[in-house]
Amino acid sequence: MSYKAKFKVWRGEGGEGKLEDFTVEVNEGEVVLDIIHRLQATQAPDLAVRWNCKAGKCGSCSMEINGKPRLGCMTRMSTFEEDETITVTPMRTFPVIKDLVSDVSYNYQKAREVPSFTPPADVQPGDYRMKQVDVERSQEFRKCIECFMCNNVCHVIRDHEENKTNFSGPRFLMRIAELDMHPYDVADRQESAQQDHGLGYCNITKCCTEVCPEHIKITDNALIPMKERVVDRKYDPLVWLGNKIFKRAK
Amino acid sequence: MDNSLNTERHEYDVVVIGAGGAGLRAAIEARQQGKRTAIVCKSLFGKAHTVMAEGGAAAAMGNVNSADNWMVHFRDTMRGGKFLNNWRMAELHAKEAPDRVWELEAWGALFDRTKDGKISQRNFGGHEYPRLAHVGDRTGLELIRTLQQRVVALQQEDYENHGDYEAYIKVFAECTVTRLLKDGDRISGAYGYWRESGNFILFDTPAVVLATGGIGKSYVVTSNSWEYTGDGHALALLAGANLINMEFIQFHPTGMVWPPSVRGILVTESVRGDGGVLRNSEGKRFMFDYIPDVFKDKYATTEEEGDRWYTDQANNRRPPELLPRDEVARAINAEVKAGRGSPQGGVFLDVSTRLPAEEIKKRLPSMHHQFKELADVDITAEPMQVGPTCHYIMGGVEVDADTGAAAVPGLFAAGEVSGGMHGSNRLGGNSLSDLLVFGRRAGAGAAAYVDGLKARPKVAPELVDEAHAEAVAPLGRDGENPYEVHHELQRTMNDLVGIIRKAEEISEALQVVEKLKERVRLVGAAGSRIYNPGWHLAIDLRNMVLVSECVAKAALLRQESRGGHTRDDFPGMNPDWRRKLLVCSTEDGSTVTVEEKVQPPMRDDLISLFDRGELSKYLTDEEMTEFDGIAKS
Repeated sequence: MSYKAKFKVWRGEGGEGKLEDFTVEVNEGEVVLDIIHRLQATQAPDLAVRWNCKAGKCGSCSMEINGKPRLGCMTRMSTFEEDETITVTPMRTFPVIKDLVSDVSYNYQKAREVPSFTPPADVQPGDYRMKQVDVERSQEFRKCIECFMCNNVCHVIRDHEENKTNFSGPRFLMRIAELDMHPYDVADRQESAQQDHGLGYCNITKCCTEVCPEHIKITDNALIPMKERVVDRKYDPLVWLGNKIFKRAK
Repeated sequence: MDNSLNTERHEYDVVVIGAGGAGLRAAIEARQQGKRTAIVCKSLFGKAHTVMAEGGAAAAMGNVNSADNWMVHFRDTMRGGKFLNNWRMAELHAKEAPDRVWELEAWGALFDRTKDGKISQRNFGGHEYPRLAHVGDRTGLELIRTLQQRVVALQQEDYENHGDYEAYIKVFAECTVTRLLKDGDRISGAYGYWRESGNFILFDTPAVVLATGGIGKSYVVTSNSWEYTGDGHALALLAGANLINMEFIQFHPTGMVWPPSVRGILVTESVRGDGGVLRNSEGKRFMFDYIPDVFKDKYATTEEEGDRWYTDQANNRRPPELLPRDEVARAINAEVKAGRGSPQGGVFLDVSTRLPAEEIKKRLPSMHHQFKELADVDITAEPMQVGPTCHYIMGGVEVDADTGAAAVPGLFAAGEVSGGMHGSNRLGGNSLSDLLVFGRRAGAGAAAYVDGLKARPKVAPELVDEAHAEAVAPLGRDGENPYEVHHELQRTMNDLVGIIRKAEEISEALQVVEKLKERVRLVGAAGSRIYNPGWHLAIDLRNMVLVSECVAKAALLRQESRGGHTRDDFPGMNPDWRRKLLVCSTEDGSTVTVEEKVQPPMRDDLISLFDRGELSKYLTDEEMTEFDGIAKS
């Protein structure tokens, strides 16, 4: 059952690096992360990789396998041919720290820029009443394990470093949609989605949805509805007139 | 050698080590009480082991069955722990859990709902009523994300007021603490390194809250991630605190058994809570043969009654698949040993014949996903194969129930790293609520301690130098591969101090551990300090070996079987042992000593919540006489 596989793994630190060749044992039922661990234990003890749960629940082991963003722990070796060379590289959109580990601080910075859940001031803990059907919309987005592969694959920032300042990526646009659809959230999020987080940059190519390991329909269920909400408001004649007459305080 | 120059230094009021549920809740509390708080975590923010929790958070809100209340929850918890629990902790936990869950909702959590719009609650092993607030089978993720987002909300508030997100609460992610520092007998700081850069970091702080979770990485088959190397347990011991109940380890009955690379990964108890049944290779629902005497009148004796219970709980007893985890794990172990196991060495857990496929996907989405992706098994169409996996340690730092304070002034602990709350066995669902209740209490305890200090303890430079020397040592050595030492420790603990134990095997394990200690001192790590997992493991090994010695020594001493400690050579529960706690400590930082301590008797109003008949199964004759005195008065 076991065989020797050929791997090319990106190794390096401080902005320098190259693909290194390895030949390594593979056993039945293993995933790519198992193979990386075997390399650590037998050939490259200082090979850097992030991981935690090894069950697709924590979103730590995001990497690019043969150029595709994948979780190492959920990519089974049986999906490759035995004579295939498997190339493993770090996520490309974020700066590399070492080997397969990249600096994902961009994501934490963006998370901090999304105003938090804002319930009405007069609802006490324990008094929340919500219908299952109403929470399910946001629940889908809360399945997100923050692997950041959607942000990694999104072409708006993947090849355009300059857009990072103005664009929060699918992960955090979805977070805004999640809050906007939360039955008790009272904050006004639609204008800021467009102005502060760059919703307009998204041209719905659905790359984020394709790579999501949780199979969240990011584009269809979060980004497009959010765009519609923004548009509805922008072109609503009453809102437009209201804005003209009563100049907004902000 | 003076390293204070190249070590970055930070001053805080409270430093929380660990960013799972307990750590985050503690940090939130300390910050809400106005303390400058640091959160230090080995992984990225939001990745801690809490995300793995599936089933839910137990809280007697009574949303599904209004007969539930804190007293019922308290009784279930004590029963689950075989009456060895710190009863004050069990009391606080049962009373405060509902408020802690409701608070999460006000911070943005979205739990599944009942028809009338309240938080839905599900059945779980050992809980008399549906009690677990949940979100499908990904409750831990919801909990950690909500707490993470609450931390961010507080940072946004600080930004508004002070122009700096990190003015009062800052996360030090991918940072490992290797030593706690003391000024005299008080905590004065913590020393560690950044995993990313390998640079060193010193926290000057009068209060440390340990929230580092468990020790599962000392075992081969475990549901725990790499982070679970017993860091907090070891840091506490090395700082002079005590550990209790270290012999009690929970082997979760249902871990995946195949493929080998995922062996041990958790299969949530919700599968059974929602109707899943256990069968052996003969197709028999074997749990009916394993109902212990103490639970005889609480569990169904026929399949028909067990099945009726799912729809009519008032008139039927629960099926024995929902016995506490220790009972189910031992039963599975016995079936496999008797040759009635599944092809891959487990037993069958079947939900496919019990619920419609759509319902399974809705209630157990992440299990469906996990089996499909990792084992090519469609749980809506075929049974899973499952077996016991090292899941949780009941033992930990001995703390004051109300404040989380350890014996060392300035040291606090909460969550899995603390001991006492769960006695000899934890009920499913009581962990997430434990994190919230005692995380908050430890954060408050630390804040109050800081307020009461007359002078801030000082960090002695020579301690910093020692900690530095210890941390860099493996890098300079051309020693043994740390991965090999780790593997031998895991095998030893798994085979010799596992689910079923006996004196000879435990003694053998202790001899191996003694030799491993030497080898750990000599391991070497190749490569630089930058993100070097070999070096990180070399450092973590000190903790794993120390904690393993605690587990083995306490396991050898306790000559009875109770909860998460089963002795083949002492199969029964012994009421005399119920009154004894085994307390681990170390003088020299390397050798563990274990002493017996008497467990204080339960407060009168709490013991009166139980029937005489039930108590007589656990208590000594002497204690029963005292109870009769209380009952009369």
